[in-house]
Amino acid sequence: MALDQSASRNRWLLFSTVVLAAIAAAAIAGLLVNIFKHKEETKNPFFRVVELNDQIADPAIWGKNFPMQYDLYSRTVDEKRTLYGGSEALPHSPTEGDPRESVTASKLEKDPRLIEMWAGYAFSKDYREKRGHAYMLTDQTFTERQKVVKQPGTCLHCHASMVVAYNQLGKGDIFKGFEAIDQMPYFEARKLVTYPVACIDCHDPSTMQLRITRPAFIEAMRALKASQGKPNYDVNQMATRQEMRSFVCGQCHVEYYFKGPEKRLVYPWAKGLRLENIVAYYDEEKFKDWTHAETGAEVLKAQHPEFETWNQGIHARSGVACADCHMPYLREGGLKISDHWVRSPLLNINRACQTCHRWPEQELKDRVEEIQTRFFETRNLAMDALMDLIHDLKAAKAANASDAQLAPARNFQRKAQFYIDFLVSENSMGFHADQYSVKSLAEAINFCRQGQLALRTKLTMQ
Amino acid sequence: MKTKAAIILLAVLIGVALGLGVYTFVYARGYSYLSNNPEACTNCHVMQDYYSAWLKSSHRSAAGCNDCHTPHETLGKYATKATNGFFHSLAFTSGNFPDAIQIKPRNRKVTEGACRYCHAEITSAIVAGSSDVACVRCHFNVGHSAASYVMANP
Repeated sequence: MALDQSASRNRWLLFSTVVLAAIAAAAIAGLLVNIFKHKEETKNPFFRVVELNDQIADPAIWGKNFPMQYDLYSRTVDEKRTLYGGSEALPHSPTEGDPRESVTASKLEKDPRLIEMWAGYAFSKDYREKRGHAYMLTDQTFTERQKVVKQPGTCLHCHASMVVAYNQLGKGDIFKGFEAIDQMPYFEARKLVTYPVACIDCHDPSTMQLRITRPAFIEAMRALKASQGKPNYDVNQMATRQEMRSFVCGQCHVEYYFKGPEKRLVYPWAKGLRLENIVAYYDEEKFKDWTHAETGAEVLKAQHPEFETWNQGIHARSGVACADCHMPYLREGGLKISDHWVRSPLLNINRACQTCHRWPEQELKDRVEEIQTRFFETRNLAMDALMDLIHDLKAAKAANASDAQLAPARNFQRKAQFYIDFLVSENSMGFHADQYSVKSLAEAINFCRQGQLALRTKLTMQ
Repeated sequence: MKTKAAIILLAVLIGVALGLGVYTFVYARGYSYLSNNPEACTNCHVMQDYYSAWLKSSHRSAAGCNDCHTPHETLGKYATKATNGFFHSLAFTSGNFPDAIQIKPRNRKVTEGACRYCHAEITSAIVAGSSDVACVRCHFNVGHSAASYVMANP
C-alpha cells in the first residue's frame, strides 16, 4: 500500500516535471522567435514596387511603396473632438446638389455673432467645424458658399492635390499652370483635379525629400525674406530640413487674398507676418474682401493663419516644427516614421508633447486647455465689443451720418474685425501663440472702443 | 521500463529547454547586460534615440547609462538592473509601452540620487536634506535632450 502510494507520487512528479519542462521549452522558443523578429525589424523593410514620378497624383499608388505612411494618411477621415476643436460627423441626407452623407456642426449656429461680423459675405451663410484633410476637397465643393458666390479656380490651390494639374496646364511650369487655373471658374477647374492633398504635394517622387509645390507660398516667402533684407530667397533651395517640416504645412495654413482681376493667390507677407504688418499691407493695397452689409465698412476676411500665428509663439522660437506636434514620430517595429495621420496633438499627447515635456499626460492636457479657455473667454469679450461697435455704426448710419463722418469708425471696425477674425479662424484656440493671441484680442477690443469714441465725437459735433 | 523511458523523455526535455535557454541568452546578448557598456542598452533598438542623444550630451564623457540609471552600490545596482531588465523585456516583448518612453517614479529617484552622488559638493548645500528638490526638473537635458533626438535623427 505504502509502496503503491509512493510510486504514484513519483509518477505524478515525473509527469508534472515533463509538462513544466515542455512549457519552459515552448516559452523560451517563443521568446527566441520574438527576439529574432525584433532584430529583423531593425533592418529597413523598404520595397520599391512602383516607380513614382510627378505625373502620379493618386496617393494609393505612392502607398504601395510606403504602406505604413499611407495607412496613417488614410486615417484623416476619422472625426474626433477635443475640448475646442475637431468635430463629429452629423448625418446629412444627400441631395442633388450636395451628395455628402455627413457634415460637421455649423459654427454660425454656435455663435450667431459671426453672422453679424460677416454680414453681406458668403461666410455668413455656411461656416462649419473643421475636419480632416481627407474632406478638404469634398467640403469645399459642396459648401453652401459655392451657391452664394461664383468662386475662382484659385481656391483649389489649397483644397486639392495640384501638382499634376499645374504641371499639365503650364506644360511643366507650375507658375503658368497656377495662373491659368486661378482665372478659371471654380467648377471648370474642379474637373482637373481628383484628390485632396496627397503625397506628391509635399514630397519629391524620386527622393521623398520635402518640397514646396505651391506657387503662392514660394512667392510669399520671397517677399517676406526680401522684407528682412534677404533678396531672391528660393525656399526649395535654401530652407533647412527642419524648416521644411513647417513650410510644407505653411503652403496652405495661412492668410491669403485674391489679387486683382486675375484672382492671383497672394499671401500678404511683404511687410511681415504679424497682424499689424498684414493690416498695413492690405491698407496699402487698398484691398477689401467685401463691404459690410450693415455698416458700409470696407472689411477683410481672415482665413486660417496657423503658420503666421505659430511663428509668433514659443514653439516656433524653440525650433519646434508643425510636424513635430501634428505628425510626431512613431515606431513601427524598428522603424521610426512620422505619423501621417495629421491631427490635433491633444489626441496624441504622448508622442506629440511628452517627448519634450516630461509631465503626466493629464497635466499637459490641463495646461493646454487652460490656455485655450483663457483665449476663448477673451475672444468672447472681443466679439461682444465688435457687436457694440457694429450696432453703434448702424445707428449712426440710420441717423443719416455722412460717409465722411463714419469713415474713422468704419476703419476701426475694419481693423478690429480683421484681428478678431484672424484669431477666431486660426485653428488652435490661441494655443499656437498664446500671449500674442490674447494681446491681439486686447488690441481689437481697443479698436472697438476707439471706433465708438470716434462716433461719439461725430455725434456730439452734430 | 516505462519509468526509465519517462525519465529519458524528461532528461531530453530539460536538456532542450536548457539548450534553447542558453542559445537565446547568447543570441540576445544577455551577457552584455552584466556590463557597464552603454551600447548594451541599444541591443533593444527602442533605446537607440536616447543613446544617440547621450552621445551628443554634456555627460557623454563623464557618465554612461548605468552611472545615472542604477544606484552607486553593488546590491542596489544589480537589483535595479534585474527589475528594469525584467520590466523592459516584458514591455518590449508585449509591445505595451508608449513611443515617448516615460520614466517611472522609482527610476527617477535612482537618477536623482545619481546626480547628487557625483555633484554632492554643490547639491548638498542646495538640497539641505530635503527630498522635494529635483535636479532633472530643470536640468532635464543634460543626459539626453529631446531636441537632439527629435530633430537630429529623422
